[in-house]
Amino acid sequence: MRRLIWPAALLLSGCAGHQQSVVDPAGTQADRIAQLFWFFFCLLAVIFVVVICVMLVALVRRHRGIEQEPLERTHIPSPETEHRLGRVVGTASVLTVIILLGLIVMSIATGKAMSSLAQSKNGIAVEVTGNQWWWYVRYLNDDASKIVITANEIHIPVGRPVMIRGLSNDVIHSFWVPNLHGKRDLIPSRVNVEWIQADHPGRFRGQCAEFCGQQHAHMALWVVAESEQDFEHWAEAQRQPAVTPSDPVKQRGQQVFLNNACVFCHAITGTPANGQVGPDLTHFGSRISIAAGTLPNTKGNLGGWISDPQNIKPGNHMATVALKSDDIDPLLDYLESLK
Amino acid sequence: MRFVALVACALLSVSCQREKRDVRPEPARVAVYRDAARESDLQPGGSQPAPVVSNPVHGAAYDISEGGRLYTWYNCIGCHAGGGGGIGPPLIKQQWIYGGEPANIFDTVVKGRPNGMPSWGGRIPEYQIWQIVAYVQSMNNKQPQSATPVRQDIIEPNPQTIQNKVQGDTR
Repeated sequence: MRRLIWPAALLLSGCAGHQQSVVDPAGTQADRIAQLFWFFFCLLAVIFVVVICVMLVALVRRHRGIEQEPLERTHIPSPETEHRLGRVVGTASVLTVIILLGLIVMSIATGKAMSSLAQSKNGIAVEVTGNQWWWYVRYLNDDASKIVITANEIHIPVGRPVMIRGLSNDVIHSFWVPNLHGKRDLIPSRVNVEWIQADHPGRFRGQCAEFCGQQHAHMALWVVAESEQDFEHWAEAQRQPAVTPSDPVKQRGQQVFLNNACVFCHAITGTPANGQVGPDLTHFGSRISIAAGTLPNTKGNLGGWISDPQNIKPGNHMATVALKSDDIDPLLDYLESLK
Repeated sequence: MRFVALVACALLSVSCQREKRDVRPEPARVAVYRDAARESDLQPGGSQPAPVVSNPVHGAAYDISEGGRLYTWYNCIGCHAGGGGGIGPPLIKQQWIYGGEPANIFDTVVKGRPNGMPSWGGRIPEYQIWQIVAYVQSMNNKQPQSATPVRQDIIEPNPQTIQNKVQGDTR
């Protein structure tokens, strides 16, 4: 009995939420894909059962033609048998071709239906750039003051189409949020576009779906679908420069940040830190996770990550920086206060 | 037989050097590398040979490539370009103003130099400075050929390198 508890618990936890699932669609695109999947699955299951049954029948039943001349080396079936077999094989071939053609038509129709969002006028555009091993996210806007830059997290308004403009800085990555859409490769020096739309609020996990190096498995992102007001509220907050710390501990933390290697790679708007090669940390405290979905964003996890990033995510490009032990706590307080 | 074993061991150690990779580097902070680098040969009381400081990541392919990445990330490329120089002096050269030994280059990065070279000491972790030093040296063919890539993603910084490789010269 006890042995069953853990698998059962795992199964249940899998049911709750469905934060990363192809068959729990949260948008029209993923819905189409799920429908296609279930159609394929059911039809092919039926065909599988039929084929297996026919094969079992063929194994079990008595063989008319062979029984007559069992010892002959080359058995020549009678003309009637030949004719009958020919008809069976011909019918099966024609059926197979018709079914495959039907599936191709279904598949193409699904692809066409999924691309219909591209015609929409009220969409927003998000540039997603794959890096080893994190996601750079920029909300494009003709008005430069409305551009939002963040990392590893995409907020989208429910019911509004979103254009994902996919790029890569180093190797081929693949943007995949199963609840919203299929995979889209991010290829260096090439723009790949995909449209997503969420029909209901929720948090959906995305994952790099193209092997991109040592930490490919730890290259995740979160898509947060929320109401239009919540989204506008979030975007407005993200556009603000970072909060200036008021209490002495966080002020010290800011100085620690600015006086160490952090500034080479990370930017915090409103401070001299302007590194462009690592994730922007202007509103770091508001993020769900750290290290591209590797750990939940808590002070303890952040402390472990900054102290020894090569232990948590070996091979990643975050430098191991020698911080004084009494500098770490203020730094953590400061970073977590960047809401 | 013993000779063969020795040769095999020697070959093995060479290949180990190339593949050496510190998975969890020590972030020890050394602000200025003490008296390692000397910029003048003139010394009172007769010149003494300078202490030799070797680069801990000498000949390690991974560290050289990491140095190349950091060379761009930390914007060395902004002044020195791909090694040919621009705002700053070229890094592919025979004569170094402040010495071309690993310790000299390390010192240059850590302390900075007059007329524009910033001081990166205390900012870049020491192991990364050594990686950058290894990369800068590889531009001048001062790293073993076995550890440097035959082809680079960027345009080959040193035409001489190509020529050497075509002619099959060892460095």
